[in-house]
Amino acid sequence: MAYKNYILVCAGTACESNKGKALYEALGKEIASAGIDTEVQLVKTGCFGFCGEGPIVKILPDESFYVKVGPKDAKEIINEHIIKGRKVERLLYKEPGAETASEDIGFYHKQFRIVLRNCAVINPEIIDEYIARDGYGALEKALFDMTPDDVLQEIKDSGLRGRGGAGFPTGTKWGFSKAVKADQKYIVCNADEGDPGAYMDRSVLEGDPHSVLEAMAIAGYTIGADKGFIYIRAEYPLAIDRLNLAIKQAKEYGLLGEKILGTDFSFDIELRLGAGAFVCGEETALLASIEGKRGMPVPRPPFPAVKGLWGKPTVINNVETWANIPVILLKGSKWFSSIGTATSKGTKVFALTGKINNTGLIEVPMGTTLREIIYDIGGGIDSGKPFKAAQTGGPSGGCITPDFLDTPIDYESLQAIGSMMGSGGMIVMDEDDCMIDVTKFYLEFTVDESCGKCAPCRIGGRTCYNILDRISKGQGEMEDLQKLKDLALAMRKASLCGLGQTAPNPVMSTMKYFEEEYLAHINDKKCPAGKCKNLLTYTINDKCVGCTACARVCPVNCIEGEVKKLHVINQATCIKCGQCFTTCKFAAIDRV
Amino acid sequence: MSNNKLTAELISFIEEWKEKPGNLIMVLHRVQAHFGYIPRETAFEVAELLDVPVAKIYGVITFYHLFRLTKPGRNQIAVCMGTACYLKGGEDLILEFERLLGVGINTVTEDGEFSVEAVRCIGCCGLAPVMTVNGEVFGDVKNKDCKKILDQLKGK
Repeated sequence: MAYKNYILVCAGTACESNKGKALYEALGKEIASAGIDTEVQLVKTGCFGFCGEGPIVKILPDESFYVKVGPKDAKEIINEHIIKGRKVERLLYKEPGAETASEDIGFYHKQFRIVLRNCAVINPEIIDEYIARDGYGALEKALFDMTPDDVLQEIKDSGLRGRGGAGFPTGTKWGFSKAVKADQKYIVCNADEGDPGAYMDRSVLEGDPHSVLEAMAIAGYTIGADKGFIYIRAEYPLAIDRLNLAIKQAKEYGLLGEKILGTDFSFDIELRLGAGAFVCGEETALLASIEGKRGMPVPRPPFPAVKGLWGKPTVINNVETWANIPVILLKGSKWFSSIGTATSKGTKVFALTGKINNTGLIEVPMGTTLREIIYDIGGGIDSGKPFKAAQTGGPSGGCITPDFLDTPIDYESLQAIGSMMGSGGMIVMDEDDCMIDVTKFYLEFTVDESCGKCAPCRIGGRTCYNILDRISKGQGEMEDLQKLKDLALAMRKASLCGLGQTAPNPVMSTMKYFEEEYLAHINDKKCPAGKCKNLLTYTINDKCVGCTACARVCPVNCIEGEVKKLHVINQATCIKCGQCFTTCKFAAIDRV
Repeated sequence: MSNNKLTAELISFIEEWKEKPGNLIMVLHRVQAHFGYIPRETAFEVAELLDVPVAKIYGVITFYHLFRLTKPGRNQIAVCMGTACYLKGGEDLILEFERLLGVGINTVTEDGEFSVEAVRCIGCCGLAPVMTVNGEVFGDVKNKDCKKILDQLKGK
């Protein structure tokens, strides 16, 4: 029997940790106590992408989109909406500034969902729901209607390129492994999403785990491998649980394991957990880690496609790349390659975060401009201040400045402006963000994550960081700029793996586009964004009415003054935390 | 401390993984899940059971950030230092906790109650700045919330 209403509740990590779980249980309880469990189905889904507004509840068939829903709202939703048919106005999503809610949500307008096709649609813990959406249809098609060569050709023709960041053509990679003769080959899924501020892969694994399993099996059939590993961050417990469950269900259905669907093809998948090492996103380091060793990279060639896990040919693709595969086989390479730009086909998922109204997970066709992403989808800058830069590619990437807002985003265009596609983190910054501070943050990250095997990365990264640290403290000199450039060049050319080669990218990119900010720190000893603590002084001006709010909030009690009298900051003990500055309602605190 | 001995359950887990290649990291995760860290004597026991040198085990433990060699506080506070959280004030939260607890980062308070660490992106960027307390996520945390959070945990 069909249900009258479906209630979809987001169970992604962000919503679930924001009392989403309690909400789901509360809704279930209300449905049961109203005695309408035969009319309403409650569905736990993957990520809606609109994480800044979570927890999210969507009601079908009328498509009501409720945001920031708490467990205490469950009763009202069931009683008012489901039973009486009256929408709960106060919970409906409204565009910023809009008076009334609209079903037409700007956040989803320019999005095009291939990778996230099933996220927020199906219950990821039930394999039948995936199958009902053509799940495992691509594997069936490959096994019964296509030869391995056909599959390989289809993937090559699609123009799919690796979504982990470097953009290597997927079909070519598979081709290398297929061409090698070996008694054992492996398929590996790189789910070691280490880029800080990016969570695309996690959302796919949590929201649609079977799509990755299916794709890995297809690759196994294509290159002749019967064993796959998913290397996943231990920091993603929910994704690990859902993957384990998905593997178990797929085996029960004969879609993984021995003699899949009655054919001679067998394929098995196991999980291996990471343990917090960014360098393990690099493929040779990742393989070392699966082998149970320290995750240190080795020089390439030989590439893993030829000599990988335990010396055997190994195809490694990232989660997002895998999630594209079943769709390509079902809809055809022609359809897929019609989306995107000349060199970059398909879509890209970005984790849109930072100083933006609509933070969340978005998927757009390649060739979408930054302006469309930030203003149409993202709803603009949340602070209302001017847009300063968007950072893509994380610690390996660079900045996109307002001048390039209309550049169509693809692998080549981003590289041309000194950034990179990266795995999909997109962090939006406004004028309160100091570029030296951000660059220092990334360098601190890469220094900490460098495995230490090669000198350019180990020593070069540390030296760059030290110089940036000096500049941020007002101790920089003009020669430092040239030193940074020289070091960056050496690291790029001489580092062993991608971590060291790309670690100087944030430095090069910010020096190119924000040189005046470097000069202000070095020559004027000022931080224009007001972020570098050593260069700031807080003082109280005569607008002070003596409300004592600043003195009460000061964590080190360095503000003195009586009620209704001008207050004074003791500069010797001030730790420049800025709490007084943000607390003052009278603009009486100057930050220079 | 004799309670650092491997339990029967842990031993059977190790036996089960013993023949699988690349088992060490999975075994260490399981051991740490039980003890909260990897005690020295336990590392020796694991070495014997898996038949690998202790040096190799310590090589792996010290390479990966997630493995600990010392016992964390009874309440583990982890502040996210992903980019989004950093931009929205994650570092200030760490400074505030250090100030309130009187110990530096990655150090346990004298009474063994608390430890604060900075962690890599936990993927709740929409809620930045984010922290977790004993695994429970708190989003959009302000400096003034830190004291409240600690007060709630005290004596619990």
